[in-house]
Amino acid sequence: MNYLTRRLLTFPLVMLGVSILVFVAIRLVPGDAITAMLGTEAGLLTPAQRAALSAYFGIDKPILVQYWSWLLGVLQGDLGISVIHGKPALAIILERFPLTLQLALMSMCVALLVGLPAGVFAATRNEKMSDLAVRIFAMIGQSTPNFVVGLLIIYALSAGFGILPTMGEFTPLFTDPLRNLGQMILPAVTLGFAFASSVTRISRSAMLDVLSDDYVRTARSKGVPKRSVIWRHALPNALIPVVTLSGVEFGYLLGGAVLVEQIYALPGLGRLVLEAILQRDYALVQGCVLFIAFNFMVVNLLVDLAYVTLDPRIRLGESK
Amino acid sequence: MSILRAIFSHPSGRIGGTIVVIYLAVALLGMFDVTPYSPLQQFRIDRLHAPNAVYWMGTDLFGRDIASRLMNGIGQSFLVAFCSVAIATFAGTILGLTAAWFGKAWDGLVMRIMDVLLAFPAILLALLIIAVVGPGTWTSVAAIAIVYTPIFTRVVRGPALSIKAREFVDAARTFGSSRRYILTRHLLLNLVAPLTVQVTLALAWSLLTEAGLSFLGLGTQPPASSLGLMLADSRNLMENAPWMLIFPAVAIMISILGFNLLGDALRDILDPKTRRSAP
Repeated sequence: MNYLTRRLLTFPLVMLGVSILVFVAIRLVPGDAITAMLGTEAGLLTPAQRAALSAYFGIDKPILVQYWSWLLGVLQGDLGISVIHGKPALAIILERFPLTLQLALMSMCVALLVGLPAGVFAATRNEKMSDLAVRIFAMIGQSTPNFVVGLLIIYALSAGFGILPTMGEFTPLFTDPLRNLGQMILPAVTLGFAFASSVTRISRSAMLDVLSDDYVRTARSKGVPKRSVIWRHALPNALIPVVTLSGVEFGYLLGGAVLVEQIYALPGLGRLVLEAILQRDYALVQGCVLFIAFNFMVVNLLVDLAYVTLDPRIRLGESK
Repeated sequence: MSILRAIFSHPSGRIGGTIVVIYLAVALLGMFDVTPYSPLQQFRIDRLHAPNAVYWMGTDLFGRDIASRLMNGIGQSFLVAFCSVAIATFAGTILGLTAAWFGKAWDGLVMRIMDVLLAFPAILLALLIIAVVGPGTWTSVAAIAIVYTPIFTRVVRGPALSIKAREFVDAARTFGSSRRYILTRHLLLNLVAPLTVQVTLALAWSLLTEAGLSFLGLGTQPPASSLGLMLADSRNLMENAPWMLIFPAVAIMISILGFNLLGDALRDILDPKTRRSAP
């Protein structure tokens, strides 16, 4: 069985495991589901009311039966009802998702636009002062948590220019694109900062590998201009690790933007998870976690597929 | 001693090693409250005082000395990072070694469970665990440990599989060495190099995760101090009291930088294959 088939076959299995983990985790929350749902008001219920509620929500059935009916619901897009919002969890998630997706895409653009040229520049000046400067900067970037970058940017803007990033009502992209981009650019830079550092480091090391290959030496010795050797001959082959990194990081951005969304008060998916946890809205926590994990896995699968397409040597069945 | 000499003759290792040693000393002092003032003592008349000779890094909204809280916070953050990485290393090594050694169903089971854990972005899995157990220092330790266990399992299993197939392991078996002896003396000893690199880098990540969790209010709880918590406190006061932001921010950055530099140096030293194109 080759790598691709195995990868595609294990995807549903891992997804099933993820669903079991999320389902079991939420049921490990101390106290029963009725108390979690109603809070202190649960104390006022008579045993008969409690039993009726349990029967209504199906939580009086054995755990396996509960899991099965929950899973069937999930497969039909029913992630449960959010207690706090009083709406289906999936509807709320889909409302918040476009913002997180936009943020992830914008940060990826920032990272690639900064990281790739910086990495190539450093590789072509290997071991010179400018290479060292880029490497130091990338190392510092990678060591700075994104929420620290965000706080420092906010501080620098308010102390240096007396302005604060707009934290008021969020404007969706299609309502007012300019205002939306104004609100999103700082979060995207914040989130893209560490990502750009990783891209710089990985593209530098990939370029160094490629630049010492025979075909690059051949191109140079037959008189191809240096710029053309770097950008046309070497870079395309150095892109494979960059694509992998970008894909994996993109998956993280889709689920890991909690802190940046919190700092800039953006109503995205990460902030939704956090609110759901703090308000003990377990159906929403469960729905969000499942949704994010699903996206993360799909992105990782696509990265692997891209990897196989980009590098024909990885028909992988034999090399694994 | 030769590894220490190698670290200190490597440029990144020298800087990273020095940072880590200094931080360890500060963390120990902070953990045992050997600080200029008690981290909880409130000097009410000196609230939001700028840094001066008395309060080296200024004071916060409650008049608590930032330098003392920073030392204590570094101690707290390091405690969480070290404990979680120790647990993840221990669990990951045992799971990876046994998966490689026994193979078949056990290997399949362990690696599928690790695949499931790796299907979550790290911070999300930590948040899920905290949602279940409730916030707190030891919950963060458990959450970070669970998040990083799969990485250690993978780091151990791969090389363990290839070492298991080597002749000297077959020879040890033929000589009648016990399974425990082969696992610890032959497999584990050969895995020390990749594990050391991984531990150092994992310490950097777990410091980062801990800071994030406590910034969100889901890690160490007030009035105790931690670097993330101090940054969260500084959010609404940064314009009037920037020292509340700057010192913890720089402290987090440099600590993570130290472990990253040390990890890179160790990778260069212990794995010569990566030396040529180390990023």
